[in-house]
Amino acid sequence: MDLFLVNLIDGLVYGLLLFMLSAGLTLIFSMMGVLNFAHASFYMLGAYFAYQISTYLGFWTGLLIAPLIVGVAGAGIERYGLRRVHQFGHVPELIFTFGLALLIEEVVQFFWGKSQKAYDTPEILQFALFSIGNNSIAAYKVFMIFVSIAIFLALLYVLTRTRVGMIIQAALSYPKTVEALGHNVPMVFMGVFGVGTALAGVAGVIAGPVLGTFPGMAFVLGSIVFVTIVIGGLGSLWGALLASLLIGWMTTFAAASSFQFADILLFLGMERPADMAASKLRDLWTLTMPQIGPILPYMLMVFILVVRPHGLMGKRGL
Amino acid sequence: MRIKTLFGLTTALAIGISASAAFAENIKIAFIDPLSGPFAAVGASGLAQYEFAIDQLVNQQGGVLGGKNLEIVSFDNKMSGKESLIQLQVAIDQGIRFIAQGNSSGIAHAISDAINKHNKRNPDNRVLFMNYSAVDPALTNDKCTFWHFRFDANADIKMDVMTDVMAANAALERVYIIGQDYSFGKAVAAAAVRDLEAKRPDVEIVGNELHPLGKVKDFTPYARKIIASGADAVITGNFGADMVGLGRAIIGAGFEGPIYTYYGAATGITRTFGEAGKDTIRLVQEGGVNPPASDRAADYITAFKAKYPEQDIAQARITNVVEMLAKAIDAAGTADDVVKVALALEGMEHDSLWGGKIFMRPQDHQAIQDVHITVHTDEGIQFPLDNSPFGLLTESTVEMAGMDSATTCQMQRP
Repeated sequence: MDLFLVNLIDGLVYGLLLFMLSAGLTLIFSMMGVLNFAHASFYMLGAYFAYQISTYLGFWTGLLIAPLIVGVAGAGIERYGLRRVHQFGHVPELIFTFGLALLIEEVVQFFWGKSQKAYDTPEILQFALFSIGNNSIAAYKVFMIFVSIAIFLALLYVLTRTRVGMIIQAALSYPKTVEALGHNVPMVFMGVFGVGTALAGVAGVIAGPVLGTFPGMAFVLGSIVFVTIVIGGLGSLWGALLASLLIGWMTTFAAASSFQFADILLFLGMERPADMAASKLRDLWTLTMPQIGPILPYMLMVFILVVRPHGLMGKRGL
Repeated sequence: MRIKTLFGLTTALAIGISASAAFAENIKIAFIDPLSGPFAAVGASGLAQYEFAIDQLVNQQGGVLGGKNLEIVSFDNKMSGKESLIQLQVAIDQGIRFIAQGNSSGIAHAISDAINKHNKRNPDNRVLFMNYSAVDPALTNDKCTFWHFRFDANADIKMDVMTDVMAANAALERVYIIGQDYSFGKAVAAAAVRDLEAKRPDVEIVGNELHPLGKVKDFTPYARKIIASGADAVITGNFGADMVGLGRAIIGAGFEGPIYTYYGAATGITRTFGEAGKDTIRLVQEGGVNPPASDRAADYITAFKAKYPEQDIAQARITNVVEMLAKAIDAAGTADDVVKVALALEGMEHDSLWGGKIFMRPQDHQAIQDVHITVHTDEGIQFPLDNSPFGLLTESTVEMAGMDSATTCQMQRP
């Protein structure tokens, strides 16, 4: 029971982190109709910028400034890069973002080197807030939960309760009509791209100390973010939240479980082979839940695409 | 302008000729390891240590064979087996007789196999393989060859030392084994189970787990399981980002016992663990530097740091490779007939710069040496790593570890 509670909290932390990454991406994706392959790279930039700033001015300054720099960089890339490529169609856009992801990784390695950076949680949060059983829950994890929830509420408020939010929502669904009504849609696109990348930056700033700040960090998280928005439904904030939490808990519980596939085989009345190497089912006999944990979200995505192609909360399909 | 160009050209030509004349005298060692890509940091560190060792320990002491210099020539294998074989061929075509490689046992197998075939087919220009890091036991057992020499302690010897130290701890009751899901992770787990069962049958192995290699984003659930199992100690063969992620998650979850590792230090890892890993992260390794074995060792490290401020002596055994090869060449009286050099290297006893003796066991070409358990700390550290206050302090030592360990090697001699 203790372990269940602890895993629940760990899964929540990881899920909310995924949410911060996917919230921006889902808006960008539904708006431009193009996967932004470089989205996780902005997450990495956030972590590295914050690390650099924190060595001079401390963690909190980094938390404030790094996402701003990432957001401005993102908006600039949309304005002077993506917008120009946009007129040539979706494929060049796709290739552009793909190239951008590779470029950012190389640039990061060029300036910060290939080894992991000593980016650490702020000292004021380096204590165990409480313990469940023998497992301590670090104060920083609780801090991560609060930051992510605050960002979710702020986004929800802006998107549903303000005039800006209404224009964005309208531009997501009917860009031509909104433009005809006299709104500057390219400006809206740039703004959303900037805010989306800044959100990825925030995720990088607060995840960097926990998940590690190294050149492979974007690659590790990159594909799972796409899975999240496809499961959640394009352009849906609630969907992104739901899918993120689902994936967070799913991977956490899978990694924490001690379930073995041998149990199923034994239950089916099969006998454990004496010589494992000679058995045709040896892979199944030795397989455990933690080993297949990382592919569960992808299996869920395939399942969702089959039964509900527009995602859990999405209003339109791919 | 024209005269200037001509003059410049002549000078360049003259320098080129004199340089190549000087190089012609050098005895070259090919360094085939990753110098680009994700593992470049480790390769670059090894290359710097070779350059320095050759310069300080051989060339400045008068060279070999009465005045010839050693020289390291670097080849980037991009951590790929295929690329390594191409680079090996290039090195052989350049007339290089000594090959140094260490990162990845998979690549070491490929190179050892290729060299074995090459030497059979080309008895006139045979080459030797100086394996300075790849620790797969098979290289000095079933797959051993006369041309391969291993200077690091192999994974089984290291596990033997690790479990010796653990067995001596009477308070130890539960051990958790976790590693990456591939050949080395599995080999470490198997060796740990075997050795612990033999030495301390009362110790319970409360977890034996593999996680996907380089794919885990968040190690927290694994850490929770380790805490929940009530483990007193953790054993892992993880390297790189997986090592840091796992270590930090375990410590962050409130674990206080020792975490025994193979690769939990240097190239950024020590700096990243910092205060959190203090007195928890332990390493099994040869050639400890804290405290240094002698003034000579201390001076050597100081001089190395002065020349390469960004690098560390993370693979101390490299000096043994260089010194023992130089000795063997002198003893053989030739650097061209590598069979003679290999015979001189076999059974050689060498006083290591890092203290203790190195014995190149003739039956399997495995170097037998002192192996230490070191601990990550900032107290009593004369030579820290990663330019951080933290380094590895020698805690216990097994002298001539694995001296009488069994080998299945049946060496084919020329």
